[in-house]
Amino acid sequence: MPSNVFLVLQSNDDTRAIVDAIEIDNPKATITRQPAMVRIDAPNRLVVRRETVEEQLGNPFDLQAMHVNLVTLGGNVEEDADEFALYWDN
Amino acid sequence: MAIIARKPYDFPPADSVEHYHGDQLIYMCWGHHLMFAAPFMTMASPKTSFGEFLKTALEPIIALDPDAAKVDWTKVEWTRRGKAFKPALDKSLQDNGIVHKEYLRFDTPGLNTVCG
Amino acid sequence: MDTKARQPKLGLREKYRLLTRDLGWDPTYQTRETLYPYAEYEGIKIHDWDKWEDPFRLTMDAYWKYQSEKDRKFYAILDAHAQNNGHLNITDARYLSAIKLFLQAISPGEYTSHQGFSRAGRELPGVGTQVACQMQALDELRHAQTQIHALSNYNRFYNGFHAFVQQRDRMWYNSVPRSFFDDAMTGGPFEFVVAIAFAFEYVLTNLLFVPFMSGAAYNGDMSTVTFGFSAQSDEARHMTLGLESIKFLLEQDPANVPIVQGWLDKWFWRGLRLLSLVGTMMDYMLPKRVMSWAEAWNIYGEENGSALFKDLARYGIRKPKGWEDASKGRDHISHQFMLGLYQWSFGTAFHGWIPTDEEFAWLSEKYPDTFDRYYRPRWNELRKLAAAGTPFKNYGLPMLCQTCQLPCLFTEPDDPTTLCHREVEYKGERYHFCSSHCQEIFDHEPEKYVQAWLPMNQLTQGTSGGGGLENWMKYVNLVDGQDNGDFEGSQDQRNFAQWKHNSVSNQA
Repeated sequence: MPSNVFLVLQSNDDTRAIVDAIEIDNPKATITRQPAMVRIDAPNRLVVRRETVEEQLGNPFDLQAMHVNLVTLGGNVEEDADEFALYWDN
Repeated sequence: MAIIARKPYDFPPADSVEHYHGDQLIYMCWGHHLMFAAPFMTMASPKTSFGEFLKTALEPIIALDPDAAKVDWTKVEWTRRGKAFKPALDKSLQDNGIVHKEYLRFDTPGLNTVCG
Repeated sequence: MDTKARQPKLGLREKYRLLTRDLGWDPTYQTRETLYPYAEYEGIKIHDWDKWEDPFRLTMDAYWKYQSEKDRKFYAILDAHAQNNGHLNITDARYLSAIKLFLQAISPGEYTSHQGFSRAGRELPGVGTQVACQMQALDELRHAQTQIHALSNYNRFYNGFHAFVQQRDRMWYNSVPRSFFDDAMTGGPFEFVVAIAFAFEYVLTNLLFVPFMSGAAYNGDMSTVTFGFSAQSDEARHMTLGLESIKFLLEQDPANVPIVQGWLDKWFWRGLRLLSLVGTMMDYMLPKRVMSWAEAWNIYGEENGSALFKDLARYGIRKPKGWEDASKGRDHISHQFMLGLYQWSFGTAFHGWIPTDEEFAWLSEKYPDTFDRYYRPRWNELRKLAAAGTPFKNYGLPMLCQTCQLPCLFTEPDDPTTLCHREVEYKGERYHFCSSHCQEIFDHEPEKYVQAWLPMNQLTQGTSGGGGLENWMKYVNLVDGQDNGDFEGSQDQRNFAQWKHNSVSNQA
């Protein structure tokens, strides 16, 4: 059975495009909206792609700006300029 | 096991008996009387008789429990260090072998109004 | 004509290399051993510091940029809160007990953590780790400051906030977090990082911050939500540092595995004991409940923790020893703790109370196997006594655990009707513990824990104000009849009701 990775973001104007992009790039992700925050779970792997966020936002986006609105995460992290990924190796 | 340190590591214990001005600590736990959230820490002179200690140090603090008035100290079952223990009420703590920071548990079978 | 792609700014990897790894140097006129005297004594073997990875690749310039953005957001909301009587928007003044406890017990821990990471950043020889520890040290300092600042708005109106600094050192329940952080700080730099960054931040911090901040959101406490989220955004980075550190240690040398496992066993349990305070806040102190401690444990402990330890199994790491007992205690600890806080509320700088009928119903729904059977009868008895005008105040001093310093109020893992107790003799002295795991921690390093400053023991030694309840209250800066006791009839309760009324009425 795969383990879930997860990402929790503050629920605000900055993160709406990020959550939309995650939904597009991760068909297996489950999105749960809680007071003041959004939780996204996905089996084994979850990616946030810069390009998709930029399309949703209509503006350039630096993935590291996600730090401002991050609440918590679970999983190993891998990040470069184009992609932020969470994964479990098992 | 021993601590791993870069230099000799040896410090005196913070609660040894000489800090207590001639008294000693005795921890007391009333079995199955969980209205009292934790065992009690009590203090008395090692020369106090066990009966006197119960009367002056323990009875006032357990009086809140509805069972307290019915406790008969001659029938209480005592446990010390995991074994049944029979302290003599007329002998001192010291002569009963109750050392500093001893933990005594007492059970009162049949007397368990709230947590029975 | 070829359109030449514009040369992008420095790539993340290149920037990280230049602004982090490139800052290190090899010493020439001092040996590495003199420069880093604490790097080896713990027994951890590192062969190649360059293998240490920071997956976020955050560099100092970006760090300042994002942190200042977080601070601007934070202060904008904090100002709005202060300008608009934000303190009257909370669900009930009872809620503030949770916040008082947070300020007294957790915020000073942030500061200590700042000191600890400053030291770890100095003592660990790898430059990547040094930079990451330095950022975390700054984060922790920022957390302490923003928390104190945010809660100072409540201090203007309510009791129990004014002496958190003194109470951190003197108040009996605060010796629990204090000893936790002091224990970590007095370990070596590797133990500190495993303890705080991994065992506490990665495995357990979600149980502290996420439900706590949702709790603040549910209860209308905008200022706490704001500092919470502002801090929490750093926590995600800390968690990642924790996980990376542990993977790095495990990959460097197989001899590190048993050492790390030992630290995990220790720090998981110490952290769990500390968080029993949080479970109590969630189940009893929030007027509007978010989720129960049991539910939070299921999600953030059971589910997420299991995924994590499955991932670490390839290194030969298993779940911490106390895991099973933690699960067994899930449905009990908050009730046992709150019953204690209620009966000792004359000695706490926050209020206690007996839950209402509606809260009883919530508790029995969330804890179907335990609440009605074990805890409701005790609360009923307490209600009866309070109604008769003889509220249950337990003036007996509680026995404290030598390791975690909590009163020994938790029951045996397999018998909720018997208080758990373990004891050992060491060099002619007797020592007592709340659990097998706390005893094991002692057994491993007895020389350290025999020095424990146990508040109840100090009280009987006469070192805490000179003996007697009144002197002790002065010593801990507790104003009797204001800061302590039952919420019912308290000044906080009266003032809150009056100010709420004033806020919608033109009559004073």
